[in-house]
Amino acid sequence: MCVGVPAKVVKKMEYSAVVDVMGSQTTVGIIFVPEVELEDYVIVHAGQAMSIVDETYAKQSVEEWRKLINARNSEAVQ
Amino acid sequence: MLEILKQSNNPEICKPLVEAVIEKAIEFQQKFGRKPAFMEVCGSHTMALARTGVKQCLKDVVNLISGPGCPVCVTDQRSIDAMIALAEGENRIICTFGDMMRVPGSTRTLVDSKISGKDIRVLYSPVDAVKVAIENPDKEVIFLGVGFETTIPIMTLMVGEAEKQGITNFSIWMTTKLVEPVLRFLLDAGEVNLDGFLLPGHVSIVLGEDAYQYLVDDYHISGVIAGFETAELLSSIYKLLDLILSEKISIENNHPSVVTKTGNQVIHQWLEKYLTECDEAWRGIGVIPNSGLDLKTEYEQFNAKKRFSVVVGEPRKTKCRCGEVIRGLITPNECPLFGKACHPMNPVGPCMVSTEGSCSAYYHYMRESF
Ligand code: SF4
Repeated sequence: MCVGVPAKVVKKMEYSAVVDVMGSQTTVGIIFVPEVELEDYVIVHAGQAMSIVDETYAKQSVEEWRKLINARNSEAVQ
Repeated sequence: MLEILKQSNNPEICKPLVEAVIEKAIEFQQKFGRKPAFMEVCGSHTMALARTGVKQCLKDVVNLISGPGCPVCVTDQRSIDAMIALAEGENRIICTFGDMMRVPGSTRTLVDSKISGKDIRVLYSPVDAVKVAIENPDKEVIFLGVGFETTIPIMTLMVGEAEKQGITNFSIWMTTKLVEPVLRFLLDAGEVNLDGFLLPGHVSIVLGEDAYQYLVDDYHISGVIAGFETAELLSSIYKLLDLILSEKISIENNHPSVVTKTGNQVIHQWLEKYLTECDEAWRGIGVIPNSGLDLKTEYEQFNAKKRFSVVVGEPRKTKCRCGEVIRGLITPNECPLFGKACHPMNPVGPCMVSTEGSCSAYYHYMRESF
């Protein structure tokens, strides 16, 4: 019930929004994320947006993985 | 954003991450003379770890134990029997998540009830149950409220909506579960030796990072909040190993793009308004005090347990060992029925039915690893 890829908000109404998940659109509730804006990505659970995805943190995670891999590679070279 | 998401399953990233985790795990083994043991609390993590192959890749170096985080699997048999009995009543529409449909009751399943003509509807978005009630004013509409902290808030939305619209034929059969009481139970019982927890990504959206501090303060054990993609899972296991090897005990948020320190405060307000703690019975465990949430007395008209009397007998005894699976005491393949009398087409226990169940995860993705 829990796993969901981030969904992009393409239309915002008062208590709901239309989101796009990899090309298919659906309407979800946004009562739990009142600050959501158009173009934001949200995590949806059972028809409700539960959290807005912070892209800066998402990018940082990818950078962290790359750093970890690079550190191992340079250790291997030494 | 989708580009970032792709990275989290990119083999160029995931393969070296697997190697990094294996190296760290070997370091752990050299230091402590045994494999590290981590529990993934969430059923969706169990499924993601099996589906992505992480469990299989690491099985020789890290013991990844499935925990009590699949909501259907932890629901005790009497409760399941009661929900199926509820569906047998006249003039009712039962609304539920799909996972509940094939869960074996002592004598039948909800699918059997539906085949025999009962009105049972699977909803993706539970709030639609209120619409069903509006469209069917002459029927009682009951939602089967099974879930953890991620799903419970949605039940409060349903009650809020029914209240706002003045609906009198809608109620919820609340059978909810909370993560903290069951983790405390497992740690207090000491039946399973753990070096750390992979903490549930989506439950943590609601709870926030700080809500796990009791693990550090009361049990001196670390936890890492993890997402569900391959690199997120691997980097979380790496972080857990790193914490232990550097002799640190803490809660790390490895899913900061969606989990904050204090959780979703709007959701907290909804929970506080409508719900109060209650004792809940867990499969294979029994009653854990204050381990669930129920509607406050002022919202009793929406509480199906107060509105409908359901009598069920002693649950039928089976050889199903789901109770031990969810406590992390055995792996699914240690159950003698696994893959023989019990398989997805003929599930004996809920762990084989649910999309988050350990037995189902093992059956679909890990049979060849034994
Ligand atoms: S394999 Fe089937 S019978 Fe055995 S514990 Fe799992 S669900 Fe129960």
